[in-house]
Amino acid sequence: MSDAIPLLVMRGIVKQFPGVRALDGVDLEVLPGEVHCLLGQNGAGKSTLIKTLAGAHQPDEGTITFGGEEVRLSSPIAAIKLGISTIYQELDLVDGLSVAENVFLGHEPARLGFVSRAAAARATREVLSRLGHGEIRPSTEVGRLSPAAKQVVSMARALSHDTRLIVMDEPSAALAHDEVGNLFRIIRELTAQGVAVIYISHRLEEIREIGDRVTVLKDGRTVAVGLPAKDTPTSEVISLMTGRNVEYLFPDRPAAGVRQDRAEVLRVENLSVPGRVEDVSFSVRAGEIVGLAGLVGSGRSEIIEAVYGARRFSGTVTLEGRSTGRGGTGTAVRMGMGLAPEERKAQALLLDQSVSRNISLASLGRYSRLGWMDRRREAADARAMVEALDIRPSDPERPVKTLSGGNQQKAVLARWLLNDRRLLLLDEPTRGVDVGARAELYALVRRLADDGIGVLLVSSEVPEVLGLADRVLVIREGRIVREAVAGELDEHAVLDMIMEGSPV
Amino acid sequence: MSESPPSVDEKVRATGQGRAPVAPAGLLTRLGEVPLLGLVAALVLLAVVGLVTVPDTFATTSNMVSILSLAATIGVITVGMTFVIIGGGIDLSVGALMALASVWATTLATQAYGPFVMIVCAVLVGTGAGLVNGLLISYGRMVPFIATLAMLVAARGLAQRMSNRRTQLVAQGNEAIVGLSTTRVLGIPLLVYIFAVVVVLGWVLLNRTTFGRRTYAVGGNPEAARLAGIDVRRHTVALYALSGLCCGIAAVLIMARTTTGSSTHGDLYELDAIAAVIIGGTLLTGGRGSIVGSILGLLIFTVITNLFILNGLNTSDQLVAKGLIIVVAVLLQRRSLRTAT
Repeated sequence: MSDAIPLLVMRGIVKQFPGVRALDGVDLEVLPGEVHCLLGQNGAGKSTLIKTLAGAHQPDEGTITFGGEEVRLSSPIAAIKLGISTIYQELDLVDGLSVAENVFLGHEPARLGFVSRAAAARATREVLSRLGHGEIRPSTEVGRLSPAAKQVVSMARALSHDTRLIVMDEPSAALAHDEVGNLFRIIRELTAQGVAVIYISHRLEEIREIGDRVTVLKDGRTVAVGLPAKDTPTSEVISLMTGRNVEYLFPDRPAAGVRQDRAEVLRVENLSVPGRVEDVSFSVRAGEIVGLAGLVGSGRSEIIEAVYGARRFSGTVTLEGRSTGRGGTGTAVRMGMGLAPEERKAQALLLDQSVSRNISLASLGRYSRLGWMDRRREAADARAMVEALDIRPSDPERPVKTLSGGNQQKAVLARWLLNDRRLLLLDEPTRGVDVGARAELYALVRRLADDGIGVLLVSSEVPEVLGLADRVLVIREGRIVREAVAGELDEHAVLDMIMEGSPV
Repeated sequence: MSESPPSVDEKVRATGQGRAPVAPAGLLTRLGEVPLLGLVAALVLLAVVGLVTVPDTFATTSNMVSILSLAATIGVITVGMTFVIIGGGIDLSVGALMALASVWATTLATQAYGPFVMIVCAVLVGTGAGLVNGLLISYGRMVPFIATLAMLVAARGLAQRMSNRRTQLVAQGNEAIVGLSTTRVLGIPLLVYIFAVVVVLGWVLLNRTTFGRRTYAVGGNPEAARLAGIDVRRHTVALYALSGLCCGIAAVLIMARTTTGSSTHGDLYELDAIAAVIIGGTLLTGGRGSIVGSILGLLIFTVITNLFILNGLNTSDQLVAKGLIIVVAVLLQRRSLRTAT
């Protein structure tokens, strides 16, 4: 295979976003008919790379050669015309249209502007049977299909173009186990026909099974090219992925650790969320930071949402001895919980409104008598918070959308610090926050814990969980696979557990 | 390191266009009122047109009073509509609810109890129907547009049924209601005072209470509101009930002005109210807007109607002019929004 002419060669790809160098010299080489796996931690640059390949981003530097010619992928259409199709993690199908309409969306077989439905149906049937799924009818509405069938339709769409390279971003994430087998069968048939596949997954076992070669990304750079997928040791792969160029500064833990005699703030027993979380039990003590480490889709965010009453669950959640029942988020807030959600802009902030109003949002009752707002006290407290947390610029009347990510996150935390919280739930608290501001946020979270608040922390970045938390729960496929004091674990071991689920 | 692609904000900042000027505290908050200045300017412009074209009739006290009386009914409805739209919804049923409330309050059975009960009846009918709107939207998970459209059709039908499509006169002995329109204090009819009181109460509710804060939050980002512990559904129900309450009050005003209750009252009021709210700078997507803006928007509409009548112009042209004003207002606002952020 080594003497084959590569189908795709990317050299020295650089992509700069404001404040972030997402790609910092990436090389990638894909041979015709191979399954090339792309590995890397969250933030390593995988998504940016495939968006560059799909024509959605333009690289600032570097060259792309496809089929022996240097090309510019100036738009998604340009990429598709060349024969590069991308199947995104979030399937981009239109639920209200039929299978055939989805497959030929944007390039309907037409005569004089009239869509030839018969021709589309025929061609769709052909592609689907080529994929081994002749049972999916072209006239079925896509919204009624299972996730696995939708994936097949996505692939059919990719093949309806003259495709030579298919990029699949975590295609197995939405699939059940036996459906993954079918996906692999399809991939093998495609590669047998000479189509190349770039396969992105966090699950090493899948990469072993389906992959030919592996390229590893770290911090926007290629750290290993063309490793054999079948027999590179797991430890070597993980070593390549870990180890950071950027060292974060974590605050010191309390010298003696969190004393075991401190009161339990949160107790979760037999928590289940159908299809997401299975029978999870744990507790958080006052002054303790507990970290949940796991991949996206492992159920970690669902656990937090269930605890907060934002999601239906079975099992019991007790806060300081009282069950939260099924009261929803209102009850959770009244009982003393606070949440900094994963999507700060979409789930936490009123972007148009001032920092002050964002801070007071969860404590309006405190600033009112019979519904009448005491605006002077509100403004004074907001100002005090802005100063205490060093939110910059230090003007509480500024619209919150003009603040940087780190300062926005501080505003979200300030919202909860205004009224005595017993438990803070932090979901990806440093996403989109630059390195300097991270250290500040870490110190702040530790200070809150020292004041006696319990903290439950979720992060995709293993070093963050290990550096900040006192105790770590490793989550895989909706279960806790390991619970340990943070000092007993290292990044390597945790990654091994969350990716491979090897026995502990 | 973040893998997520840059947000729109970041992109804008990168190209240097959207860089927010570092304004002193207070100025940024006042920027929200810039569109209001534009509305005042438009109103002044219209007044100048009136003074030039019909100098004898426009600037008279009686004409000013008639403009305000005309504006009062839709004005009260517009206050409720402003709340609903800032809260992220829409209420198409307002005109029909006002008609239903006016019919219900002028049935022989209700009129037998006297003017006070008639007023209470109108207000309760409006609030009750608004409550139904809110429950359908919040707990029935219906789209506001559809739920209130259904209510529009149903309420008009019910009003026709109750009145047998006849106009019901306010009976002798109940003229106290008509007195709201005929009694004047300082030369201004009582119903204009009622309108003013509703506007002031609405402003206070929106700007000085937790209810107002929650309205902005629920409309601006319902998910953030929910995760901050606000009961978004209950608040939404309250917003539609409030709009219904305003329709009930408007029904009392229309009974006073026309001395009748009729299933044809308030036809297309919903469009006038929505137009006034939009001209006033409230975003249809929710989370942003003001009562003062809506009332200015409404006054602009009413003055235009007045000018067309005084100049003896065609009412069809008047509709064309109103349509143009909506478009121009929205285009101007979009520009000022862009420069303000």
